[in-house]
Amino acid sequence: MGRAFASVREVRTYWTNFITQMVRIGVESIPIVALAAAFTGAVLTVQTAYQLQTSFVPNTIIGSIVVPSMMLELAAVITAFILAGRVGARIAAELGTMRVSEQIDALEVMGLNSISFLILPRVLAGVVMFPALYIFACLIGIGGGLGIAEAAGLLSTTEFIEGARQFYQPFDPYFGLIKSITFGFIITSIACYKGYYTQGGAEGVGQSTTEAAVQSCVFVLLADLALAVLLL
Amino acid sequence: MIQIEHLHKSFGDLDVLEDVSLNIHEGETLAIIGQSGSGKSVLMKHIVGLLSPDRGRVLVDDVDICSVPYERLREVRKHFGVLFQGGALFDSMTSEENVAFPLEYFSSRSPAEIKARVAECLELVRMPDVGPKKPAELSGGMRKRVALARAIALEPKYILYDEPTSGLDPKTSNTIDELIQQLAEEMNVTSVVVTHDMHSVFNIADRAAFLYGKSLHWVGPIDAIHNRDDPVLDSFVTASEYHVGTHPTASSPS
Ligand SMILES: Nc1ncnc2c1ncn2[C@@H]1O[C@H](COP(=O)(O)OP(=O)(O)O)[C@@H](O)[C@H]1O
Ligand SMILES: [Mg+2]
Repeated sequence: MGRAFASVREVRTYWTNFITQMVRIGVESIPIVALAAAFTGAVLTVQTAYQLQTSFVPNTIIGSIVVPSMMLELAAVITAFILAGRVGARIAAELGTMRVSEQIDALEVMGLNSISFLILPRVLAGVVMFPALYIFACLIGIGGGLGIAEAAGLLSTTEFIEGARQFYQPFDPYFGLIKSITFGFIITSIACYKGYYTQGGAEGVGQSTTEAAVQSCVFVLLADLALAVLLL
Repeated sequence: MIQIEHLHKSFGDLDVLEDVSLNIHEGETLAIIGQSGSGKSVLMKHIVGLLSPDRGRVLVDDVDICSVPYERLREVRKHFGVLFQGGALFDSMTSEENVAFPLEYFSSRSPAEIKARVAECLELVRMPDVGPKKPAELSGGMRKRVALARAIALEPKYILYDEPTSGLDPKTSNTIDELIQQLAEEMNVTSVVVTHDMHSVFNIADRAAFLYGKSLHWVGPIDAIHNRDDPVLDSFVTASEYHVGTHPTASSPS
């Protein structure tokens, strides 16, 4: 009887933890992801226009280049790099501090499974929120490109969209989604691992935090290449 | 009853414990003493399976916690309350939430009953007013007392204390000692106190186990600890008394 009650409570706490992590990883990252995506989309559009200005290809090509670039690569990678710093470092620091101040031991001693209590909700939240942020970054990035194209008189919105449609591959956004799920898993699990196994006081926490940010960037790049080779 | 049998533990090249055997009896208060870095915390962590030995085993009520499946270990751990060195309160939660945490997980109490039990535990450690405060707002001694309230919330059979008085002023130390004694008497718990504070040992312990040179150098009742024939033990005890600045016979409880 007591067990049944406890497990209902356990499930509720796990759910609460998961929601909290979704908010921290996803919702709180929206402003910085939006900023980076909008600027990347705009810069990419301006530069593509510049590279094509003396050639005889139609303006619509700009849209054909910018949109797939955002979908296939930039939206996912930019989100991943921002979140490696923002989310990865935060998770590693948080879990690392819990480790060195014996809070993880305290959880264990109470009879909780600290791995499923601490790590599961964070990794799951990463796997769910990264694709959401990816879609968001795609939309904002393409919007940034469209906006600057209009504002600077490079090409009209109609031309931009027409170009985007011309070479559109239905697989493009799925590829981006697969990437972002992979990156979400890589970043949160590296950060959790580094944080959870931190050793040696404040210095150790600093080291885990740095390692989490740096190593997740490296693994994101490797996974990016691997996915491109395997799936395209 | 806790039985530690021929325990060996090393970290890489560093041998910390070699062939340590110790029985901890029901209802007693045992002090594990020794210098900093002698392996007291490492020994304590083996008792609750936070570390696993390289060789040897630990039996808690005849369950070999080093070889049981993790789910079974979790059940065994529910008989324990542990006061960690720095308190190990969850810093994202208030004091009340910290004390309520194990109750919410592992008891079938209603929210009102949990609230009452939290108040009772905080009262017991003489911290009735700190409920809404976060650990960062509390002093070291207060944190340890709230942590103690959390450790006893589920009425454990065994309480382990890691340096409960270190870093505290003498008055707060005495309060903690009184609490340890009170819990031992009123709740009839078995206590294991890791410490290098001899003053505290004389206040609370029935027996002491002295860790020295990777193994238990001496185990015996407190009144036999002034052993002039054992220079190593004697110098540890005398040096500690000197540092604390109190003569144990003058302050030892009747
Ligand atoms: N997880 C660990 N990894 C490596 N070395 C450790 C670990 N825990 C403790 N030690 C080492 O074991 C020795 C004993 O530590 P400890 O039990 O904490 O001493 P104390 O008696 O002061 O509590 C120390 O030298 C410490 O550095
Ligand atoms: Mg210690």
